[in-house]
Amino acid sequence: MSRRFTPKVVTASDLRQGDVVWLTADDRWTRDIAEAELVEDEAHAELRLLFALGQPQTVVGPYLADARRGPNGPEPMHFREAFRARGPSNYPHGKQAVRG
Amino acid sequence: MYRYSDFDEAFVRARVAQFRDQVARRLSGALTEDEFKPLRLMNGLYLQLHAYMLRVAIPYGTLSARQMRQLALIAERWDKGYGHFTTRQNVQFNWPRLQDVPDILDALADVGMHAIQTSGNCIRNVTADHFAGAAADEIADPRPVAELIRQWSTDHPEFSFLPRKFKIAVTGSPNDRAVTRAHDIGLRMLRDGSGAAGFEVSVGGGLGRTPMLGQVIRPFLPEADLLPYLEAVLQTYNAAGRRDNKYKARIKITVFEHGLAAFRDEVETRFAEIRPEFRGADRALLAEIRAAFAPPAFARLPVGGFEAARARDGAFRAWCATNLAPHREGDHAIVTISLKAHGATPGDATAAQMRVMADLAERYAYDELRVSHEQNIVLPHVPKAHLPAVFDALAAAGLGTANIGLISDIIACPGMDYCALATARSIPVAQAIAQRFAALDLEHAIGPMKIKISGCINACGHHHVGHIGILGLEKAGVESYQITLGGDATELAAIGERAGPGFAHDEIVPAIERLVRAYLALRAGPDETFLAAFRRLGPAPFRAALYPEEARRDAA
Ligand code: SF4
Repeated sequence: MSRRFTPKVVTASDLRQGDVVWLTADDRWTRDIAEAELVEDEAHAELRLLFALGQPQTVVGPYLADARRGPNGPEPMHFREAFRARGPSNYPHGKQAVRG
Repeated sequence: MYRYSDFDEAFVRARVAQFRDQVARRLSGALTEDEFKPLRLMNGLYLQLHAYMLRVAIPYGTLSARQMRQLALIAERWDKGYGHFTTRQNVQFNWPRLQDVPDILDALADVGMHAIQTSGNCIRNVTADHFAGAAADEIADPRPVAELIRQWSTDHPEFSFLPRKFKIAVTGSPNDRAVTRAHDIGLRMLRDGSGAAGFEVSVGGGLGRTPMLGQVIRPFLPEADLLPYLEAVLQTYNAAGRRDNKYKARIKITVFEHGLAAFRDEVETRFAEIRPEFRGADRALLAEIRAAFAPPAFARLPVGGFEAARARDGAFRAWCATNLAPHREGDHAIVTISLKAHGATPGDATAAQMRVMADLAERYAYDELRVSHEQNIVLPHVPKAHLPAVFDALAAAGLGTANIGLISDIIACPGMDYCALATARSIPVAQAIAQRFAALDLEHAIGPMKIKISGCINACGHHHVGHIGILGLEKAGVESYQITLGGDATELAAIGERAGPGFAHDEIVPAIERLVRAYLALRAGPDETFLAAFRRLGPAPFRAALYPEEARRDAA
């Protein structure tokens, strides 16, 4: 039996700003992980990653990151992804500054 | 202070122009990321966890007031109003936008600065004793030598694609404040029996995944032989270093795998070959550079006011006790400005603080500042008469913390708050330890203590050579912190020993507190430092304090 696929989001760094972005279901890059597309199928995840890799003028280093469904949208699973979605812990900079 | 020549200026400007064009081509799509990445790294531009990061070189940690002010301006105009001073005596900006970086590099070039060779497999920024030219215990100022090496290594065509990065440190004092034995090459300035100047050369030091202390490859290298000898070492490494495995590519592994004797023989053979090609231009250049590093004309000011202020003012007295070091001139002192206010991010300074430090340097300290590898700022030459005014101005800017060399004077790398390579955070651990011991009011009772924290095995936070080292790792999906004990970064360099299993993020501060309380209970007296007590007692009692349950089980 194959292992259950852990849902994913596609994430990357924005080429110009260098900040964290996530891919939405309608092919946009968002700065709010809650707006990201939660991909629950492995084959579809590969397709979405290929789509992201095809946008080198917009993003750098796209990859698939484990995520789970939360009340407002996808949430990060690993603490590294949680920090990327929030910002550093020593100053209110990064994504937490935008969201307030 | 050394000033860029027209040649340096033209070289740096040309590089900025090239990079401006490269950024434009990346943004237009003419360059792929794979093509662009090595180009941006050659100019100190990394892509980190939340943003780009620009690492600016501060050769041997020396800055003028004008340069410090320019860093403040860059922080304000293109970043988030602060800069982070690093264990490599550099400064990092954590939030630049790609299209702004060429402008930042131009602003740096305006004050003779750049970001060249702060990344990549080349000879990196040369580091030196942060008390260079000022320390009472110094044989000679190491910075002219560091500058000579910088000029020789900049864009050196043969050494631009080494197997791995290469770090050289120089000290001119027998008390090693430059951690020379943790560098690929460490140079300790000496004089031989006849008084001639030279170096003890050590090779193959480095922290990281496989920590090793450098071994002495030449006990006395005459000064005239320096560049050909360095070139021989680099050539040997360039040819023999491993390119098949990134983790085995540093010179420490080359020396280890070949053995010091065989490596030395190869170096000596090459040295004999190339020595005749060095016909004295390097020596002439060194003499010129030395002239540029002539000490300032020291003012002779009465010290009575300083003594009186020290007797009168407890806060000033406490600061003098920790933050001053002996200057070679009796009526001067070396001031270390702490960038470690309790709860602050180690090494960070706001633009306003940078300007305060620049103003003080200009007004009271012959226009010189240094960045220490311990992530503090140094005013190397301050007449004692000016110390009360300097302290008052620092205190007003939140820079008057009296904690140099104490438990809250922690080295911490950026860790997972910024660094893309990190496995755990470092900064919040440093903040919490400093705040905890401030709340306990124990810091002065504990005395000299070096805690050093890295957020991954790369060891930028020098944890192996901390009296207490903390290494952040990931274990089973959470941050886990491993403690090492008994490391030493001085001339008595030692790699700390791992104490045992790691601690979770919320357990690490209590663990450090147990460890320190055990030391206070065990020490022979207030004069026995943590490191001395550890050397006398060995790790067992400290392990017992860290792992009380295990100790109880063993006793049962
Ligand atoms: S030690 Fe690791 S986490 Fe810290 S700065 Fe170096 S590479 Fe980054």
